[in-house]
This record gives sequence, C-alpha cells and structure tokens, in this order.
Amino acid sequence: MQLNRPQSIRAALAAATCSVLAHPLPLQAQGNGEERAWDVRGGLLFYQETDRIQIVEPVINASKTLQDGTLLTLRGVADTITGASPNGATPTAVAQTFTSPSGGSSYTTPAGETPLRDVKDLRLSLSAEWERELSRMVRNTLGAGISHESDFLSLSLSDTLKRDFNNRQTTLAAGLALTLDTISAEGGTPTELQLLSTPAAVPPPDAEEEDEEEDEEEDEDGDDDDDGKSKNSVELLLGVTQILSRHTLTQLNYTLSVGSGYLTDPYKILSVVDGVTGETLDYRYEKRPDSRTSQNLNWRLNHQFNEDVLYLGYRFFWDDWGLTSHTMDVKYRSELGNGLYLQPHLRLYQQSGADFFRHSLVEGEPLPAYASADLRLGEMRSTTLGIKLGMPLGGGEFSLRLEQMRQEGESHPSDAIGIQQHYDLYPTLNASIIQLGYRFTF
Amino acid sequence: MKTRLLLPVTLGLLALTLTGCSLGEVKPWDRDLLAQEKMQLVVDPLESYLDEHIYFSKEASFGGQGIGGGGCGCN
Repeated sequence: MQLNRPQSIRAALAAATCSVLAHPLPLQAQGNGEERAWDVRGGLLFYQETDRIQIVEPVINASKTLQDGTLLTLRGVADTITGASPNGATPTAVAQTFTSPSGGSSYTTPAGETPLRDVKDLRLSLSAEWERELSRMVRNTLGAGISHESDFLSLSLSDTLKRDFNNRQTTLAAGLALTLDTISAEGGTPTELQLLSTPAAVPPPDAEEEDEEEDEEEDEDGDDDDDGKSKNSVELLLGVTQILSRHTLTQLNYTLSVGSGYLTDPYKILSVVDGVTGETLDYRYEKRPDSRTSQNLNWRLNHQFNEDVLYLGYRFFWDDWGLTSHTMDVKYRSELGNGLYLQPHLRLYQQSGADFFRHSLVEGEPLPAYASADLRLGEMRSTTLGIKLGMPLGGGEFSLRLEQMRQEGESHPSDAIGIQQHYDLYPTLNASIIQLGYRFTF
Repeated sequence: MKTRLLLPVTLGLLALTLTGCSLGEVKPWDRDLLAQEKMQLVVDPLESYLDEHIYFSKEASFGGQGIGGGGCGCN
C-alpha cells in the first residue's frame, strides 16, 4: 500500500493537470469511479439594439462527471427575437413599400429612413457533449446539437481528440465537425437577383401551408415553404495548448470551415438606383456564392498576477469572399476578496468588406455574379466595453455582466450616387448586453 | 493583403505559444494556480456561448475557439 501512495498522488496531480487543459472543471479527476454532483450554470441574456433588435435568451448549462470518469455536458437555450433589421435597401426621398416573394405581406419605410424589416422568432437549441479518456494521455469529446427556428433548422455533430505531451505541458487537439442547415424562408424562397417588381410565380394548387406556432408573424402563403434550401459546413480544428510558466497558459487554434449550399440571406435585397440621380427605381434580391471557405487563427493567453488574472485574445479571420478581420479581446479579473471579483472587458473588431458587398445596383448596368447590401458584409469596426461582477450567493455564485457594443461603418462612402450622398448608408449600431448568471451544484 | 499578413501573424502566434518549450518544465506540484477555475481557457462557458452567438449574428467573421455547436438563422 505504501508503495502505491506516491503513484496515486502522481495520478491525482496528473489528472488535475490534465483537466487544466481539458475543460472548465479543473478539479474533477477523471476515471476514479466517483460520480460527482451536477454543476449547473443558469444564465439570462438581455440584448437590446437601439431601435432595432431585442433578444431575451435564457440558457442553462449542466455538467456532471459520471462513474466511469466521463464528463457529460448538456445545454438548453431559448432565444426570443423581436424588433427590426435592415433589409439592405438604401434610404431614398420617398416612402418605400416592400412585398414578400409570395405577395402575402408588405411593409412601408418612410422617406429618408433606412428600410427595416420586422423580425420575430423563437429559437430553441439543445446540445450535448461527452468527454472521455481513451488512454492516459488521450481524451475524446463527442458533441451533438440541434437548433430550431420557424424558418431554420440546424443539426451538428463534432468530435475532438486531445493528446498531452511534454510532461503534460503541451496538449495538441484535432477536431472535425459537420453542420447541416435547412432554411425555409417566410413567404417563400426568392429567386436570387430577381427584381421585386416581378410578379411571384403562381403557387401550385396543392401547396400546403406549414403552420408554425412559434412564428407569430403574419401567416404567409406557403407556396415556397415546402422547398426549403439547405447548406452544409465541415469544420476542422487543429490546436496547441502550452503551459508557459506557473502563472501563464497559452493556446493557438487554427480552424478551417468549408460551407456550401444556399448561403444567401433570403430576406436581404438591394436597391436598384438611377446611375445619375441615385433615386431608387426597383429592388433585387441578393445573391451570395454557394460556397465559402473561411479560416481562423485564434490565440489566447491567461496570466495570473497574485490573485488577479489577465486574459488576452487575438483572432485573425480570412475567407474566399475577400473578407479579413482582426479581433482583440482583453479581460482583467480583479479579486476583491471573499470571492468577489470585478472583470472589465474590452473587445475591438475590424473587418474588410466582402468582394461582392455594395450598397446598391445601378439600373442598366450588367448584373454582377453576386451582390449583397447586407451591412454585416461591409467594411466596419466594432467596439465592446463592459464589466462583470461575480460574487458568492446562497451557496452558489452570482454574476452580472453589463456591456455596450458600438458598430460603425462608412456612412457616406465615396461610391454613393446622387441623393444617396445625403443619407447615412451605414447607420451606427449601438447595443446593450446584460447577462445575469447563477452557478450551483446539486 | 491577406497572404502578406498571414505568414507573420501565424509565425508570431506560433512563436508566442511555443515559447513555453524553452522556458523549462512546470512541475505538476507547481500547477496549483493553473488548476484554478479562473485560469481555464474557457472560464464561463455560458458567457462564451452567448458572445459567440451575438458576434456571429452581427459580424461576417465566425468561429476560432472551437468547432460544432450548431448554426443559427441569424446570419
């Protein structure tokens, strides 16, 4: 027995070290035949854009180490979205009326204002992860998820292998994920780059309406609802995690994502304007390429000063749509004693525009192969500033996060035509993020 | 521009990450701080999940930290 004691201490230390690199529950030793309590995190997000979208999103995350040492994590999300989102058309001197592809609904934007389309949906999402030890140095995490909205269904599967090296100072990770999405646009899927003034095709007489209860928006004709579009993506992850010192840990991940299928946003349009006056003459639905290859390099570093911790992150993203972006993220956890902490946060983001992003199309010019006026694909920058408070409460831990996000683009681009020069073509977006959290075990 | 940036960024980040190999071993009994929950790379999985969801729906970039997790009709 005495001979075994050092080994068990070593095993316990190794398990603790292993979990440093593995998952957010560092002190749960694996494979010791002991079933642990459920570790539950409940969260409630309030996301509010000025005059745009509001989201209320309760989330629950529960994990448990089972008797065989595997770690099971379950997550449930309900996401209520209401408000309005830019439809891609530019402001103009007269009121603008937009009609859905089926003609079943329409909305009007006053003169001089950015056209916004009403949005209302409920997203429900469930996911599970199962992490187990394959050998002393190798762990595997299997994940699956499903997400449902009135016009969208997503299924995903992922698998990641992690292996420790170098006396468990280095961990290499490799993973693969597959996502299958189905899009059933409200009011039917429009023909890409088709003029909105073109009458919609007559629906087949036996077309059935899909009555989706959670969609409380106007009930559309179901003419195109049955021909849902699909898109798939395959993701690859390669990563290295390295202990740098007793106080410092770092990670570099490379991810590759190859998406294919219907990548267009069926709700986004472009104004077709007069090439001299800039006045809107008509609209066309947008069209994006049917494939997208994107890559990320993501670096993180955690450093502990006495009790406080500095978190640094940087991400470089690039894809074959001509987009590149830089994201910097800094958090500093300041321990105030008795389990109380404050954590300021700064996130800076900057992206170039997609090759096919444009504010409008010009009447009489040849149609481009792809075009989108979705502001999210344009050149822009975003700043998030926030603070988080954490404190022990009732045997668990309570947290409150308050953040403000500001997203800005070029309001008066040099390629604005005629009257477009008088309007804000990239309105600044301000959003508040409030997150309440409570963590407990049972 | 993309390829011009890529090489220095990759090499720089890799160098930063692998510098640890030359800094000497951190013995298992010296990993008490690293084992603390606040030193994990994902300290609060809910916060990470919600942030990824927000920025995925408002920006053209996505991913980086992990893979899988399912899509959303917001982008």
